[in-house]
Amino acid sequence: MKAWPCLFAALVLMATSAIAQPTRAPLPGESVYRLPIQLIDQNGKEFAWADHRGKVRIVSMFYMSCPYICPLIIDSGKAVERQLTPAQLQQVGIVLISMDPKRDTPIALKSVATKRKLDPARWTLASPAPGAVRSIAAVLGIRYRALADGEFNHSSALILLDADGRILARTEKVGSQPDPEFLAAVKRVTSASAIAPTRPSQ
Amino acid sequence: MRCFAALMLVLVPPLAALGAGNADYAELPGGNFRTALKYEDSKGDTAVAPFALMRKPVTNADFLAFVGIHPDWRRDRVARVFAEPRYLSHWAGRTTLEPQALAAQPVVQVSWFAAQAYCQAQGARLPTWIEWEYAAAADETQRDARGDPAWRERILSWYSRPSNQALQRAGLQAPNVYGVQDLHGLVWEWVDDFSALLVDADNRSEADGTTSKFCGAGALSMDDREHYAVLMRVAMLSALNAEDTTGNLGFRCAKDIE
Repeated sequence: MKAWPCLFAALVLMATSAIAQPTRAPLPGESVYRLPIQLIDQNGKEFAWADHRGKVRIVSMFYMSCPYICPLIIDSGKAVERQLTPAQLQQVGIVLISMDPKRDTPIALKSVATKRKLDPARWTLASPAPGAVRSIAAVLGIRYRALADGEFNHSSALILLDADGRILARTEKVGSQPDPEFLAAVKRVTSASAIAPTRPSQ
Repeated sequence: MRCFAALMLVLVPPLAALGAGNADYAELPGGNFRTALKYEDSKGDTAVAPFALMRKPVTNADFLAFVGIHPDWRRDRVARVFAEPRYLSHWAGRTTLEPQALAAQPVVQVSWFAAQAYCQAQGARLPTWIEWEYAAAADETQRDARGDPAWRERILSWYSRPSNQALQRAGLQAPNVYGVQDLHGLVWEWVDDFSALLVDADNRSEADGTTSKFCGAGALSMDDREHYAVLMRVAMLSALNAEDTTGNLGFRCAKDIE
């Protein structure tokens, strides 16, 4: 009999922690959120990469001083945004990760977010620690090289992640016209996740 | 001796890491080095800082000791995002090697993430491409043997051997002038910045920037027949993803020298 209160307490604890942490099931093995790294965002807030779990996200890598392609990456994200319904928009986060964290401080990130009028409810601009850039690029399949003049040579991609961090789609077509296949994948997952758990498209 | 080192690694990891560091690494002086890679943005020599490099590639025995301490890197536990299904698939079991994998052979079927984790656990890191190329330019007597036709011939003969033969043990070849072995003629090796080797397959056929895979002027041209052997490695590394493994790709670790 004495065990009951304890068992009850344990059950309550389990129930409340289940409510507080609805996504604490182990991450799938394919999840990019398996990478144990910290980032700092445009508001100076530090967060664990895995904290991005729980929402569909479109991710890309860039650097702020980039004159040509990086503005196009932002255009690409905005182009996808424009094609989504308000209900779909609510379910998507857009994350731009810097490959140049030494220069891309929170202040620098914030200035771009403001200048490009990026909705803070949806857009995260973040820098990893300098030693973690190659790893996060690796889980996203992005290649880059620092050039002698401080610029970067890099592959440009938009990557669609499901709520658990599995890669659902990617496109290397960036610009103001969204890649139709990529857009279809975004629409599919944002429509599906309203009713059913997300599922890889293939 | 190897077995003892492996045992030490299991019993007292921090001490063993230090001990192994002194015995198994060769110290390379820094220097100015002309890479065989032709980048549009950088011409001339690159300054290489002094560093330490493992004398031999990491062996199956070494890697077995590592997965013993870090079971997350066992093939039955590793997260798929960090290693493809062929990871360590030539080992008999998740913590057993023979008969297909021998203790003294270099470990292969390892992903970049796994190689990086191994080196980190030793308080080390993977060498950068330029460090690897710098060390691999030496022969037994010269720091830069690349102009020597006999040396080039020797390396190329390895590439012409079929790759389905069993791997030799690590450490059988003569050390180069720095005391480093097996940079050529045994396995190909991961480098830390493998994904900085941007070889754009399209950049010869199409001048139109929109079809190019990479942003900016940094594409690499590979038209140097003299450095064919090194460029083969670059072509291979540039085609891999970080979770990929192959039957002839291993690694060794490096360290900064204070």
